[in-house]
Amino acid sequence: MRLFPAWAAWRGVREMSESILPLVAENLRYQVNGWSLIEDISLTVGEGTFTVVLGPNGAGKSLLLRLLHGLIEPSSGKVGWNGEVASGDGMLRRRQAMVFQRPVLLRRSVEANVRYALKWQGVPRPERRAAIDAALDRAGLAGLRRVPARLLSVGEQQRLVVARALAGDPDILFLDEPTASLDPASVQQIEALLVEANARGTAVVLVTHDIGQARRLGREIMFVHRGQVIESGPADLFFGQPRTAAAGAYLEGKIIV
Amino acid sequence: MGDIQAAFSLAAGLIFSGDADLFEIVGLSLSVSVTAVVIACAIGMTLGAAVAVTRFPGRPAVIVFLNALMGLPPVVVGLGVYLMLSRAGPLGVLGLLYTPTAMIIAQTILVTPVVAALTRQVVEDLHHEYDEALKSLGVKGVGLVRTLLWDARYSLITVALAGFGRAVAEVGAVIIVGGNIDHLTRMMTTAIALETSKGNLALALALGVVLVGISLAVNAAVSGLGGVAGRARNV
Repeated sequence: MRLFPAWAAWRGVREMSESILPLVAENLRYQVNGWSLIEDISLTVGEGTFTVVLGPNGAGKSLLLRLLHGLIEPSSGKVGWNGEVASGDGMLRRRQAMVFQRPVLLRRSVEANVRYALKWQGVPRPERRAAIDAALDRAGLAGLRRVPARLLSVGEQQRLVVARALAGDPDILFLDEPTASLDPASVQQIEALLVEANARGTAVVLVTHDIGQARRLGREIMFVHRGQVIESGPADLFFGQPRTAAAGAYLEGKIIV
Repeated sequence: MGDIQAAFSLAAGLIFSGDADLFEIVGLSLSVSVTAVVIACAIGMTLGAAVAVTRFPGRPAVIVFLNALMGLPPVVVGLGVYLMLSRAGPLGVLGLLYTPTAMIIAQTILVTPVVAALTRQVVEDLHHEYDEALKSLGVKGVGLVRTLLWDARYSLITVALAGFGRAVAEVGAVIIVGGNIDHLTRMMTTAIALETSKGNLALALALGVVLVGISLAVNAAVSGLGGVAGRARNV
């Protein structure tokens, strides 16, 4: 960080300001045409945590993530943030980021993709250069900065998406099965990026199907089943002795519906 | 057959002898059509993108209307502009009838719906792909429209070319509002119509060859800019 004085200065400002966390969701419900897809979920995500959301297909994991991130509005209940800091919609948007299963990249160069995100996250223009350098360095994409982003391999594209999401040092990063269709080497690189970001203070909420990945990364586990969080707690407890039958069956690789 | 051979040799002769009348006509055709397309793109792309990203009551009707306007008959537009600009019309005082400006106005009205309707489709498809990612970044309003227009740029060049094709090939509107006056409002298409009606088929065909050549040249030149054809799809 000392290599980039302007960036370090900006980070200094950032570190002095408070986090938008904790995120507190209360009694979230989401219904479509009378179907209840999310039923009464309440949860808290604290600063610097690493939470893995597990559960069978169709349980509502992606929907839950979108509700928390604010992409969709709950039918009832609310998503609350650290009140004072999060006042003003702009600040809330700027301090959180999300990565989707399919990489969505702008039809621009690798560095232009990162610059675009930084601009909308409110990073001042003079600081962007250093932030781009740092983000691309961490993702191992510095050599590809002028390449049109769409020409990258799928693994590189997803690494760029993660790097872009992390470039502005968000307080919290949501990821919806970011490595579902990637090769093992790319999975490893993305996991390393997430661990590193978490160590720098970004809270991570990761939806995955990959139980191995959950074991490798998760410190907290939330198990979602039929639109509800039926079990949550520290990862070692969850994997050691799941309290619910559904979670136990899921971990054993059984099909649960 | 004789006509066609004569036409090509006449066309070559006109071009390579640097025929002043021909170059005047070509120059006017290009300046009128290019100006009209530039104005139509400024209006049509903004309008198309705005319709693409907003949801409002009656939106489907607006889209049907825009799409239908793509088929606006040039003579009808010519007549409408004629009525507006004629001495007795509401804009008669401007004295624009039978000037290049009148032709630009008519062609702009013809091309804008084409650009708007095609832009709407292109931008809406792109928006569908980008929607969640841009929402996540908090991109909205004017910033959203600008992002989508810029990222659709390669497809939009094709849209602009479609508009140019409609403008430069059109005869019905410009002949009504321009009047096909020699050295003032004579365009490629109106000259062809005139020569054909006079029975000068070889000259008419020669002008036709030049017109097709210009269309090809413009498309080739634009496609050459950054390998548009290859990049339009995905990159």
